[in-house]
Amino acid sequence: MKPFLSHIGYSVRSSLWNSLTILSRYARFIISLLLNSADILRRPRLTITQIYQSGYLSLLIIGISGLFVGFVLSLQLYYLLAKYGSADLVGLAVNLSLVRELSPVVTALLFAGRAGTALTAEIGLMKAGEQLTAMNMMGVNPIRRIMVPRFWGGFIAMPLLTAVFSTMGLIGAWLIVVVLVGADSGSFWGQMQVSVNWWSDVGQGLIKSVCFGVLVTSIALFVGYESEPTPEGVANATTKTVVASSLAVLALDFVLTAFMF
Amino acid sequence: MPIPVISNQTSNTVPAIVAHNIQFAYPNTQRDVLKGIDFSCPIGKVTAIMGGSGSGKTTLLRLAGGLFLPNSGQLTVLGQNIAMVKGDDLLALRKRMGCLFQFGALFTDLTVFENVAFPLREHTDFDNEVIADLVYMKLHAVGLRGAAQLLPSQISGGMARRVALARAVALDPELILYDEPFAGLDPVSLGITAQLIRRLNDALGATSIIVSHDVAETFSIADHVIMLSQGRVLAAGSPSELHQHPDAELQQFLHGMPDGPVKFHMSAPDYAHMLGLNTKAKI
Repeated sequence: MKPFLSHIGYSVRSSLWNSLTILSRYARFIISLLLNSADILRRPRLTITQIYQSGYLSLLIIGISGLFVGFVLSLQLYYLLAKYGSADLVGLAVNLSLVRELSPVVTALLFAGRAGTALTAEIGLMKAGEQLTAMNMMGVNPIRRIMVPRFWGGFIAMPLLTAVFSTMGLIGAWLIVVVLVGADSGSFWGQMQVSVNWWSDVGQGLIKSVCFGVLVTSIALFVGYESEPTPEGVANATTKTVVASSLAVLALDFVLTAFMF
Repeated sequence: MPIPVISNQTSNTVPAIVAHNIQFAYPNTQRDVLKGIDFSCPIGKVTAIMGGSGSGKTTLLRLAGGLFLPNSGQLTVLGQNIAMVKGDDLLALRKRMGCLFQFGALFTDLTVFENVAFPLREHTDFDNEVIADLVYMKLHAVGLRGAAQLLPSQISGGMARRVALARAVALDPELILYDEPFAGLDPVSLGITAQLIRRLNDALGATSIIVSHDVAETFSIADHVIMLSQGRVLAAGSPSELHQHPDAELQQFLHGMPDGPVKFHMSAPDYAHMLGLNTKAKI
């Protein structure tokens, strides 16, 4: 019994130590990203390319997902609110659910799966192909040249994608509630205009999406940068990106919601 | 070996690389890859570092590029102690070097032209016209002007190596490091690459360090050869001096003999015992 317990104790201690080591490396990575960020002003084209790669190329999955989330949410809320004679509040309820919570979180999760894995795989393969080492040997700092534009690309793309998700979700809700069910269109939009607050609802949703953008993009880049330079290492890294980003987004969402609302 | 005076500028009298009692083990490993190595690479010459797999050749090249630091000893590259150069100073030192990686390490999302232009765009303020002229000049030197607009995935391994060579010399470096430049090349590409290395070295007045285990091609272009074995310098001298060297391990390497001081079989338990033959015989 005693060796078993001591084994558990040793495992817990070494896991904690490993986690702390990884967290400290991650913190140093973020600091070096920020310290090298001035370069994006000198060469904005690199960041614009990354906004295209991370943002524009994720539009399809974000847009379609937003539409379907809007469909489902409006149907569920319509069934519920109609029972209490408040069907005209569906638009408002969908809007608040989307901009406050669902859009930033679901967009971040989808972004982690689409753009995050692409970033990790790209960096991991560059490492495996010695491209990062080659850059270093050319006297070019890979953090400055490769990581920073990707980081800011994700940072800028995430709020824009969140806005697209919200818009598509509202269009989906409108299609269900107004076009399919036949509720009054004026009431659907009017309730939103009156009750949705720009700062406490839209603004705070925007803050969340910016925080998630920083989190997901930095995790994806860090995991790729730290990956083993082998096919197996890159595969493991992409999986790690999705798992770590998703858990981090959900945890941060809880923290932000607790402080903001 | 006396340690030369360290200055920021190289002169004709100071070797391009001087190693004094270099000892190195990779992080988180116990095994010493380099065990107290002393050598120097004369300036303006082609120096080959040779040896079998695991002898520490590539590690030595990585130390010269400042990718790792020696655990002990002193490594002076282009007049600077590599352990003392950090951050932007290290990047500045690397600008004076070119490096050709084993498989080219071309940027796969950039065309051949952009790959060669990369160091020029990063380190100079030349306008696009001047950069284009320089890139075509370098590509012409390696015979690949016609491949300028192709992606690395659209050219062969030998061509990729030549593009990487053009990129390595884009800034006319003082020191060019070659990591296994002949690995995996067909005989024609191999001959072309070897001659290019020699011609570029002479044309640029640079110093070249080649890490290779291709004896024939390397000996045909090298002025000076350093032979490594198990992290130590086995012999050093001109190719003809090494051919006449009495060391049996060196001769085994040069003539590609399967058995000799370096055993074909890794040490292992008794073969018959592993197959269970002894037990069967008893039954």
